[in-house]
Amino acid sequence: MITLTDFLIVSAALFCIGLYMIVSKHNAIQILIGIELMLNAAILNLVAFGKFDKINNGGQIFALFAIILAAATTAVALAIILNVYKKYRTIDPARINNLKD
Amino acid sequence: MSLAQVLFYVMAFIVVGSALFVASTKNLVRSIFMFFITLFALAGLYVLALADFVAITQIVIYVGGILVLILFAFMLSGKETLNVLQQQKSKFISLNKLPAILLAVLFFMVMVNVITKIDAGNIGWIKQVISTNTDIKPNEEMINNIGINLMTRYLLPFEAISILLMMALVGAAHLSRKERGAV
Repeated sequence: MITLTDFLIVSAALFCIGLYMIVSKHNAIQILIGIELMLNAAILNLVAFGKFDKINNGGQIFALFAIILAAATTAVALAIILNVYKKYRTIDPARINNLKD
Repeated sequence: MSLAQVLFYVMAFIVVGSALFVASTKNLVRSIFMFFITLFALAGLYVLALADFVAITQIVIYVGGILVLILFAFMLSGKETLNVLQQQKSKFISLNKLPAILLAVLFFMVMVNVITKIDAGNIGWIKQVISTNTDIKPNEEMINNIGINLMTRYLLPFEAISILLMMALVGAAHLSRKERGAV
């Protein structure tokens, strides 16, 4: 029997790894991967609790919505990263310090 | 210890281990390909949580879509990103990473503390579901139910998210277009 607490601890670990990546990385793509890890931790929680919702399937359906939202986020974020690279020739967020003139 | 439990621990170990590798490696390409492994193992965890449709969606959208997009962005943003990475010291724990590690570890300890305190198996509604024996069983098929619920109870969020997805894709296409007359 896999308890709910096991799922919650795995997802907490994933969330913290994502947090570490977001705080420490010098590359916008790796920060994006960190955000994806955090989103996946949230989806894992939704799915784990969704096991106990047989009639309405709330957890699983909102997990699907979260996956779609992650896809939309990634598409927009990558377009922004490409634009930033075109303008600054770098994607280190620490070195992007000008607005458009 | 049942087979499902063994599989759960194997999957959880793969997820956390490969995520740690993604976070710690200096090589961006390797970290992206290890992210593949993380996502596949997460799909395995979803199957063990009896959400097979979510697992399939995870593989199709994340592995098929998002990772390919990330690879594209990585390739289009040139090799300077790699140079930046290689300039960093190759020490495993460098001093300027220490605050981030501290933040993550402390936050993890807080969350584990909270999770063990609330004892999720004993929350009211979950206990009620278990006592009435209406949680999802491994031999049941939930996909029909998900489809019906998606088109009845969750129709409004479904439509809202479809419009949002369309807006996001139009916005992404608009952002990445070539400016007319510009360089």
